[in-house]
Amino acid sequence: MRNVGFILLVHASLERSAQVARHWAASGCPIVIHVDRHVPTADHDRFVAELSGLEAVRFAPRHACEWGTWSIVQATLAASRLMLTEFPDVGHVYLASGACLPLRPVQELQAYLDRHSKTDFIESVTTQDVAWTIGGLSTERFTYRFPFAWRRQRRLFDAYVHLQRRLGMKRRMPEGLQPHLGSQWWCLTQKTLTAILDDPNRPEHDRFFSKVWIPDESYFQTLTRRHSTQIESRSLTLSKFDFQGKPHVFYNDHLQLLRRSDCFVARKIWPRADALYDSFLSNDPAVTKNAEPNPGKIDKLFAKATERRTNGRAGLRMQSRFPRDGWENGKTCAPYSVFQGFAELFDDFEGWIERQAGGRVHGHLFAPDRVHFAGGETTYNGALSDAAELRDYDPEGFLTNLIWNTRGERQCFQFGPGDNQRICWFLASDRNARIAVISGAWAVPLFKSGRDFAAIRPEAAQLQAIEAQYLTQLRSPQVKAQVHIWSLADFVDAPMEPLQMIMDEIGPRGARRLSEAPRMVDLTGFGRFLQKLRNEGMNPYLMGDFPADADIAPRQNAGRRRPYAVG
Amino acid sequence: MTGVLHRAWVAYRMRWKRRRLLFRAFRKRGELEQLHDRSGAIEPGAILCFSTVRNERVRLPFFLDHHRKLGVGHFLFVANNCDDGTTEYLADQPDVSLWQTKTSYKASRFGLDWLTWLQIRHGHGHWCLTLDADEIFIYPHWNTRPLRALTDHLDQTGKAGLGALMMDMYPKGPLADAVYTAGADPFEALAWFDAGPFFKQRQQPLDNLWVQGGVRRRVFFQDDPRRAPTLNKIPLMKWDRRFVYVNSTHSALPPRLNRLYDGPAATELSGVLLHTKFLDIVVERSREEKERGEHFANGALFTDYYDDLAANPTLWNSHSARYEGWQQLEAMGLMSRGDWT
Repeated sequence: MRNVGFILLVHASLERSAQVARHWAASGCPIVIHVDRHVPTADHDRFVAELSGLEAVRFAPRHACEWGTWSIVQATLAASRLMLTEFPDVGHVYLASGACLPLRPVQELQAYLDRHSKTDFIESVTTQDVAWTIGGLSTERFTYRFPFAWRRQRRLFDAYVHLQRRLGMKRRMPEGLQPHLGSQWWCLTQKTLTAILDDPNRPEHDRFFSKVWIPDESYFQTLTRRHSTQIESRSLTLSKFDFQGKPHVFYNDHLQLLRRSDCFVARKIWPRADALYDSFLSNDPAVTKNAEPNPGKIDKLFAKATERRTNGRAGLRMQSRFPRDGWENGKTCAPYSVFQGFAELFDDFEGWIERQAGGRVHGHLFAPDRVHFAGGETTYNGALSDAAELRDYDPEGFLTNLIWNTRGERQCFQFGPGDNQRICWFLASDRNARIAVISGAWAVPLFKSGRDFAAIRPEAAQLQAIEAQYLTQLRSPQVKAQVHIWSLADFVDAPMEPLQMIMDEIGPRGARRLSEAPRMVDLTGFGRFLQKLRNEGMNPYLMGDFPADADIAPRQNAGRRRPYAVG
Repeated sequence: MTGVLHRAWVAYRMRWKRRRLLFRAFRKRGELEQLHDRSGAIEPGAILCFSTVRNERVRLPFFLDHHRKLGVGHFLFVANNCDDGTTEYLADQPDVSLWQTKTSYKASRFGLDWLTWLQIRHGHGHWCLTLDADEIFIYPHWNTRPLRALTDHLDQTGKAGLGALMMDMYPKGPLADAVYTAGADPFEALAWFDAGPFFKQRQQPLDNLWVQGGVRRRVFFQDDPRRAPTLNKIPLMKWDRRFVYVNSTHSALPPRLNRLYDGPAATELSGVLLHTKFLDIVVERSREEKERGEHFANGALFTDYYDDLAANPTLWNSHSARYEGWQQLEAMGLMSRGDWT
């Protein structure tokens, strides 16, 4: 079994960093530590002295690191070089920070990497597919120059970005590189890391990336694409960011959560979280259960927090902050339901909901080919035609008329990212609309299609971008519709409650219990399908987190296909 | 254009108001008589707690205990006209610095002038809690994460303070019937609160929030809800010697500090001050306070309020909620963990 070496980037809470370094070193792993030059000399010397007894610890030449700048990559490169020359036998090199905490015994990590000895674990996503960039700079990170520090020289930074935008300035990527982004924390094979460091074009790469913004999230992520033979596009380090892009911090009360994540390393840890350091810095195999890392368990918690944060909470009897625009003429006359993602997830969802709730259930009214009226009719109540052109001439008018003509009978229809999106804002701003969305469900038909993956990949990216935009509209504070959004992962986990809720909304006449559950399509292998998209550089995020099960992990999540408790 | 000019004019006025208040605190520094100054023991980065008290011997043991456990490193008290052993009790505490004064509470902007002076001298650069002895500060995760975790988070997210909603806690029966002994958990008896309604608005020129509601509005100010007590506070602040509280800890200057809190329904991280005003002793105290008239700018208007309280009322009704913990308060929308998950 080949060993794993750790590169540790340290800039604060040195005692904790030393503690973690000692743990890894004691477990037989070589370590190269980079201490930020900003750390005062006295602290640095004490830190070095504390680790001086350890044989496999080296200290890399120090750089003054500033967030978002090339200096962090410089430090990483210097440390990598030292690692490769001093410990040429390592199989993988794991990049970690001083605020990282190993959650599982080193032996388990070694065994895991041994099973995937040729795999590079690095989140690496093309710029078109990233979901997390803050402030709208994704592609522009590469096409503009960023000589100013965002934290210290914000005005210059903004002004220079603005200027480049105005002048239409653009930089050219070095030959043969496709810009990719991803988490800073990777675990690369020795072979790939060597290839990146010894790349004959390295001077050109370095020159280019030294002016890219936040190059620590793109340098290795881009170059690995050039040199790796096998990329698993995810980080082995659990790290969460809030909606502002600041890393979430873990505290003592996260102990159980971290334990359940089965991840190998987590960051950032609050330096005073004694209980976390005490319980996880251990190589006792009883600590964990040797399972496939599953950050998804934690994702759900954090996704909820982010949602609460960005959407606000309703239901309090408060005087409004701002006077709302109080009038909305020109909307529909009666409540109606819009379903997104349900027909994709369930067989014959339309028939089921008609049996359960009554009313009239249409297909995709806004499909590009024609209007899919219920029962495949070509003209509908009040002589509405199924011609797409007529509908698209005035989609709002089309819908208002449909609801008016059928008043007294509840109307339901399917909607999705494949449909004409012009109606979206009208729906969102209509008090009568009841919108239910299973985000990311559009991926299910793609998964089922068995089509050529090269064709699926761009289509998935496009559908995701469209749906993401729709969801942003649905979350805007001006929304009047009643909106429910579930991620596919959440929905599949516990489908009955939301379905019951939808029923209750359609027919509020007393408690109507579901007599029959809709049949869900078989999702075996879906997690692997998503991981495959990730490995191709896309970032399917709207469906929430499905563990990449199947081939890479022998374990199948038992909760995935639970039988339905009916009634 | 007039908008810009007006804003500049308001900013200018507020700056001078702030300076005036700071100078006022400086002038009044002589009113403070130092009893025990242990402030030399304040460690760099320690979290401080400032408070003006008058006859709070009964509430202080739990108050100190609770906030010590949260991680307050040092308490700075001004004892005003105490005659119930408060001064002696505080003098015995190893982590308390104590000043006393016999001058008027009201003339000192309800104690703020004294505290402002202490904050200028000792608070600069520290995270500071400014509380009354009947306020118990809680925040999301407070029972698992020390105050220091909270202030680290606020530092990291670039926030200068934390807002909180005052929640009046009361017992189920008549107030005086719930007998309280010093040091015990007051919320065993004061287990109930009004979960709503709350009303909020912004006030100019300070741009401060004004939240009213809760039990006192329901019981005492039904006929004149405008006079109901203000419930929003900003008790926790990374102090700067140029800051000053204006009206209790409800509002502060510079005005940007008032924007730190947007009320209980906001999605920003916020806390709650559990208000132990309605312990059994309040009935007796109200008779006294009415005589003193030191608590409101226009004391005469609140005579009824004191009379009502002195009559040992029952605040509880069938809509009262029983306090179960911060998660419950969060679920009710009275505080929020914001991005601090």
